[in-house]
Amino acid sequence: MAPTVVKRIVKAGILNFRRSGLVSWAAVLVVTITLSVITAIILLQAVLYFSLAQIKDKVDVTIYFTVGAPESKIMTLKSSLEKLPEVREVTYVSAEEALAIFKERHASDYPTIQALDEIGDNPLGGYLNVQAKEISQYENIANFLQSDNSLVLGASSIVDKVNYHQNKLVIDRLNNIIGGAQKLGFLITLILVIITIIITFNTIRLTIFIAKEEIGVMRLVGASKMQVRGPFMMEAVIYGLLATFLTLLIFLPVTAWLGHNMTNFLGINMYDYYLSNFLQILVILLLSGIILGIISSYLAVRKYLDK
Amino acid sequence: MIYFNNVSKIYKDATALDDVTFTIEGGEFVSIVGHSGAGKTTLTRMILAEEPPTEGSVFFESINVHELKSHDLTKLRRRIGVVFQDYKLLPNKTAYENIAFAMEAVGKTDEEIKSDVPHVLELVDLTHRYNHFPHQLSGGEQQRLAIARAIINQPELILADEPTGNLDPVNTHEIVEIFKKINDLGTTVILTTHNRGVIESVNKRVITMENGKIIKDTKHHK
Repeated sequence: MAPTVVKRIVKAGILNFRRSGLVSWAAVLVVTITLSVITAIILLQAVLYFSLAQIKDKVDVTIYFTVGAPESKIMTLKSSLEKLPEVREVTYVSAEEALAIFKERHASDYPTIQALDEIGDNPLGGYLNVQAKEISQYENIANFLQSDNSLVLGASSIVDKVNYHQNKLVIDRLNNIIGGAQKLGFLITLILVIITIIITFNTIRLTIFIAKEEIGVMRLVGASKMQVRGPFMMEAVIYGLLATFLTLLIFLPVTAWLGHNMTNFLGINMYDYYLSNFLQILVILLLSGIILGIISSYLAVRKYLDK
Repeated sequence: MIYFNNVSKIYKDATALDDVTFTIEGGEFVSIVGHSGAGKTTLTRMILAEEPPTEGSVFFESINVHELKSHDLTKLRRRIGVVFQDYKLLPNKTAYENIAFAMEAVGKTDEEIKSDVPHVLELVDLTHRYNHFPHQLSGGEQQRLAIARAIINQPELILADEPTGNLDPVNTHEIVEIFKKINDLGTTVILTTHNRGVIESVNKRVITMENGKIIKDTKHHK
């Protein structure tokens, strides 16, 4: 397209926006609502993922060793476990450390401490704490420990118990809840986005419906399709730009309030999250607003152009 | 220049044009007269290919206008200046911009627009109203603006559909005089009207229509 044509389209789009007054601002408002819904969804997803990640972190499998199990064997098992692709982290707690932790935890429980002192020897064995990358992978790790794999051969003699099977029910249930929450989150996001897209599309269609006659006249005086369509698309770009700016502005005090008052409840400081992801959010909003506007106006004008 | 060859237009329950055949030569001034519903507007819409005929064909010079692709139709429309009874100005553009838009449509440069628009505004006596929007102009002024827009690109044909239908006698007279001037400069003019006074003051060829048929054409009586 020639630069003059582009220049004229941009100029006409800006003029039309200014002259349409309230209609233009109504469209900006609707696009702002759409973009606000998208921003709210981004922030909600952040809360959801943050909470889920925290819950996931609390899940682990502990391998308890028999009292007096040689440390070298434990270390061999540890390094074999670390090689598994499902494993994120393995921490070893020796028998002495286990005793120290136990004593600290029961510091105020005098009879227990006294009983321990009377035994004299350390009645506790060491243990390995295994964290998987995904909750669903704990079963594989537990199965690995029970397998005949050469890497764990001989380990069964030193393993006292693996608490996976006691925790299995809880882990499975948690896994289902997390999966469900993610699916539900996605579904709600999808429905909200579809609804707002339809509303925006119809609003832009309405603004173009008002100019229906105008489109016919432009065609009659010999304007090409692009000459008719261009200014409307430019107007939609302005809606997108202004709506993005307004949405970003609205969410500043909103997230500041959330950050100040709701950080404990949400588990994440919304204001910090908003500011640190500001650029990404800006790009998402800008693209959604502009692309949505351009597609809507393109389709709406086409309806009258083809007549 | 314009050739209607056995053209009929039948809507669901009414016949708008019934086997119409006529020719208009370049440079002619033709008035098409008839009551409302006689088929005058349908006839002008056919020339612009706004509506396809049910039967027959419409030619602009040697081009069958209803066989044109969208892009070529745009080019053809640039050769025709159109004036409507309800003016059909762009409401969000000023008088100046309405005319400039028609020039932009045909790809004129900014310099050409800047030099030509004031001339044509002067021609229709609207220089002082250049910055007004259509709703700020009177009916006569709006129609003069519509004419200015129609002639700015020096079209070969001016198609005026009931251009004086909404105007008082004084404005009607002014508009007719403008059309006569345009025709004197060599442009073909087709004007539809139901006003006898207009036909008399033009005093050129008259095609009379009734119920979609041509019942009289003064060309054949001369």
